[in-house]
Amino acid sequence: MGEILVLVDHADGVVRKPALELLTLARRIGEPSAVVLGAGSAAADIAAKAGEFGAAKVYVADGAEFADQLVVPKVDALTQIAKTAGAAAVLVTSSGEGKEVAARVALRLGSGIITDAVDLEAGDSGPVATQSVFAASFQVKSKVSHGTSVITLKPNSTSPEAAPAAGAVENVTVEFTGKAAKVVARTPRVSSGRPELTEAAIVVSGGRGVGAAEGFGVVEELADSLGAAVGASRAAVDAGWYPHSNQVGQTGKQVSPQLYIAAGISGAIQHRAGMQTSKTIIAINKDEEAPIFELVDYGVVGDLFTVLPQLTAEVKARKG
Amino acid sequence: MSLRIVVCVKYVPDATGDRRFADDTTTDREGVDGLLSELDEYGVEQALRIAEAHGDAEVTVLTVGPDDAKDALRKALSMGADKAVHVNDEDIHGTDVIGTSAIIAKALEKTGFDLVVCGMASTDGTMGVLPALLAERLGLPQVTLLSEVSLEGTTVKGRRDGDAATEQLEAELPAVISVTDQSGEARYPSFKGIMAAKKKKVDEYDLDDLGIEADEVGLGGSWTAVEAIAARPARTAGTIVKDEGEGGKQLAAYLAEQKFI
Repeated sequence: MGEILVLVDHADGVVRKPALELLTLARRIGEPSAVVLGAGSAAADIAAKAGEFGAAKVYVADGAEFADQLVVPKVDALTQIAKTAGAAAVLVTSSGEGKEVAARVALRLGSGIITDAVDLEAGDSGPVATQSVFAASFQVKSKVSHGTSVITLKPNSTSPEAAPAAGAVENVTVEFTGKAAKVVARTPRVSSGRPELTEAAIVVSGGRGVGAAEGFGVVEELADSLGAAVGASRAAVDAGWYPHSNQVGQTGKQVSPQLYIAAGISGAIQHRAGMQTSKTIIAINKDEEAPIFELVDYGVVGDLFTVLPQLTAEVKARKG
Repeated sequence: MSLRIVVCVKYVPDATGDRRFADDTTTDREGVDGLLSELDEYGVEQALRIAEAHGDAEVTVLTVGPDDAKDALRKALSMGADKAVHVNDEDIHGTDVIGTSAIIAKALEKTGFDLVVCGMASTDGTMGVLPALLAERLGLPQVTLLSEVSLEGTTVKGRRDGDAATEQLEAELPAVISVTDQSGEARYPSFKGIMAAKKKKVDEYDLDDLGIEADEVGLGGSWTAVEAIAARPARTAGTIVKDEGEGGKQLAAYLAEQKFI
């Protein structure tokens, strides 16, 4: 089995959870090596974390380019490392940027690419990825049939499991190619103090039925009692009640938590495309005909403004 | 010379229809009604706004697809684009994204452009990587996933809302951009626009015109292979209760039983 490169996504000097999931999945198909780019002084800590989750080697590259230019410096670095290492596969988190980086790396390596996989296993002729398509109405298993397997995987594709390995750091000097857009300013997203939407184990979302921005109070209170992230349907976001960064759906975030609670969401295809792979689905809606009830494990036909506060109080009481 | 803007659009099966796969594992484009991918309407809209602000610009819409894909071009023309390019060849059927990017890059070079505009992703494949692949093939800056975009002189400026941060981006033309559904509501075609679209020019190219060999594209030229497709098992019918004052408590009991609390 060959070397599997995992591009480690990090923010504020900390490894993001999906990177640990990738390292966990990489062990199924070969020997994981981590790639840590533009982490500055946090690289050593990130490398140590990658080692804890199974990376025998950690390639580290740094430079102002990673922050100052869009996508291309990461493509330069990852391509160079993949070629030098003779990597058997390259795994990247399925974020907007992750997919763009992976696609350009694939093209430079002369390889096919699979995006948005939700599972990965070893096959007779290379890694086999599972994708959930057409708003999760089909599961497709496919493989890269030409070149190195370049695959992006969605957050929550597996649970991270530690498996200590050497985590030996190898510093890499990257030859940057340029031809990139300049990043002239960067404003970090202000943390809500809640879990990241795509990484959360529990998500509570509100939709049209929430009725107003203030209505999201009951959604947030339930989310906080459960330690959950807050999501919103496109209708709620378009109405200006909640930020677009929290939109769940085809054009927002695609989430796959252990538990998804939809409050006042009818369940249009746009929304289903973003949450249908959740393990357990619960809905609260006034309209018993709402299509969301076709998906649920448990549904309550009722007013979310009475059901959610009662549930929140009950959760708090049970958690003591 | 006037500013040449080319918008790449895709003809996709209607997401509200019963989308499925054909026997050869490709997306079934026959059994379900098709239309201009909703997310590409935002690309057409921003191209038109940039053209209007510029004053001396020409907007071309470009698609790769079967005969029916002309419907997507007509829609974009009726919104206000000036002309269209349709790459259509039987041998393209089954081409993956790597091959599609090769076809579009050649078609763009043949058409000529200063600015390439794309939507954020198609609504069928939903990969969202084509703009990056075009930038790679054309050796141009990618200024992608923009929620705001403007052209100032020969500089494209835009705002990209990433997972961890919001970035302000800049690049000189020529460049490839993609815009999100947050970039601004797409206009509806007017009656006048619909009538005018019927007279607008649609250039047709096949693979020969673009200098691409049939074996470089299609299912055979694809660098990925589908091993199995299965309809997702229907979710087993859940329990649905009517709230008669105890709905929240009943839910809590369910969550406790499932060990969430």
